[in-house]
Amino acid sequence: MAYSGWRIIREALTGNAGWRPVWRDPEPKSEYDIVIIGGGGHGLATAYYLAKEHGARSVAVLEKGYLGGGNVGRNTTIVRANYFLPGNSEFYSHSLKLWEGLEQDLNYNVMHSQRGLINLFHSDGQRDAFARRGNAMINQGDDAVLLDREGVRKHLPYLDFEQGRFPIYGGLYHPRGGTARHDAVAWGYARAADRRGVDLVQNCEVTGIDVEGGRVTGVQTTRGAIKAKKVGIVVAGRSSQVAEMAGLRLPIESHVLQAFVTEGLKPCIDQVVSFGMGHFYISQSDKGGLVFGGDLDFYASYAARGNLPRVEHVMEAAMTLMPMIGQAKVLRSWGGIMDMTPDGSPIIDRTPVEGLYLDAGWCYGGFKAVPGSGFAFAHLIAQDRPHESAARMRLDRFATGRGLMDEEGTGAQHNLH
Amino acid sequence: MRLPCPHCGERDLREFTYKGADLPLPEGPDWGPDWEAYLHLRRNPAGETRDLWYHGPCGSWLSVTRNTATHAVAESRPAREPGS
Repeated sequence: MAYSGWRIIREALTGNAGWRPVWRDPEPKSEYDIVIIGGGGHGLATAYYLAKEHGARSVAVLEKGYLGGGNVGRNTTIVRANYFLPGNSEFYSHSLKLWEGLEQDLNYNVMHSQRGLINLFHSDGQRDAFARRGNAMINQGDDAVLLDREGVRKHLPYLDFEQGRFPIYGGLYHPRGGTARHDAVAWGYARAADRRGVDLVQNCEVTGIDVEGGRVTGVQTTRGAIKAKKVGIVVAGRSSQVAEMAGLRLPIESHVLQAFVTEGLKPCIDQVVSFGMGHFYISQSDKGGLVFGGDLDFYASYAARGNLPRVEHVMEAAMTLMPMIGQAKVLRSWGGIMDMTPDGSPIIDRTPVEGLYLDAGWCYGGFKAVPGSGFAFAHLIAQDRPHESAARMRLDRFATGRGLMDEEGTGAQHNLH
Repeated sequence: MRLPCPHCGERDLREFTYKGADLPLPEGPDWGPDWEAYLHLRRNPAGETRDLWYHGPCGSWLSVTRNTATHAVAESRPAREPGS
């Protein structure tokens, strides 16, 4: 049943007794055309677009825990398309356009809020780099405005403009950037995929990938063997372990990224703001909590918790940029597991195993990519050729050195991003 | 997390810099699958791994055997010479 204002009024008047579970809880069948491993944002979006864009009728999403229980429910919810390099530029531009039509498409309120994003710069060199990035964004067809110091002050009067250590020279304003409700994105895609006949199978951990003669034939799971003509791996955070089941070794190292949220406050931070000198970024959730974070902890980890030196660093950056934040109390912090690739950009590609596809390496930027990644991965699986928006997300770019997407310009090596 | 340095004892994480997986250097200077594996491909286990850390105060490179799921350290010893 579709959601509408009329439906909400009717339910309110009848004791909210008419709401029902919005997706089925099916037993896994013994065979599907396409099996997607991973019921996070990217996996659910892939299943949805397989059904919607490519008419796939026999698709299952296998999730070892519950839908949306991984990184899609543990991020800082930022949506933007402010990339510079070919490959990333067209991909995130396409993803942002999908975001802009997502709520109507899914008939689900994902609370996408284009409140604007401002990347601050603090030196002449940084201003030049951001001017160039802004031009690249405009050339891609997206929006960017270079603000001077007074332009920033108009938007963000609460920043510390007086300090001499990291003076604020200006900012690159991306008006279409913003945030979305992360859980709702997973739920919206899950409901929409289920309505198109996709089986969403929870508590079903894949324990093996069956390969015969170089071709994938199915998967082994904790709920029995499932045959499949095609299998997609979409398990960022655990990509290395799942790929290993098919004998693949990936150019990925898993790192922990921490994030923080304060107690709920009245509205005070209207946009998404990033500090160009301290790798710090912040926005305010609709519940009022200030959501912020900084760098990786910078060592391989699956512990899903970070260490105090990084906590200290992030708090210092916050106090340097906006001393008013010292009045707020941190409510909680958490650590997520990031698939880090050598160049800091993702992979959407075929694998050496026929019929086995890989969507991985989202580093610390997977949330904004959910629609674009699902769309492109569905295209790759259904058509067996990449979608034009993701043709450069190749697995072999590290071996060949061609088409590396090192957005930070620090070198295409592990531990530099 | 605290890491043991064989020269200085157990020290705070702030004193160390992570230098990536501890892998043997490939033989020969020519580019091939072994160099690709050395530079890019990782086993990336959710469990015991061995990686290189640099201890700033004493300037030593360490080979640390560590559990990536629990952060428990099993062994820390001076890193071997490259290529050996």
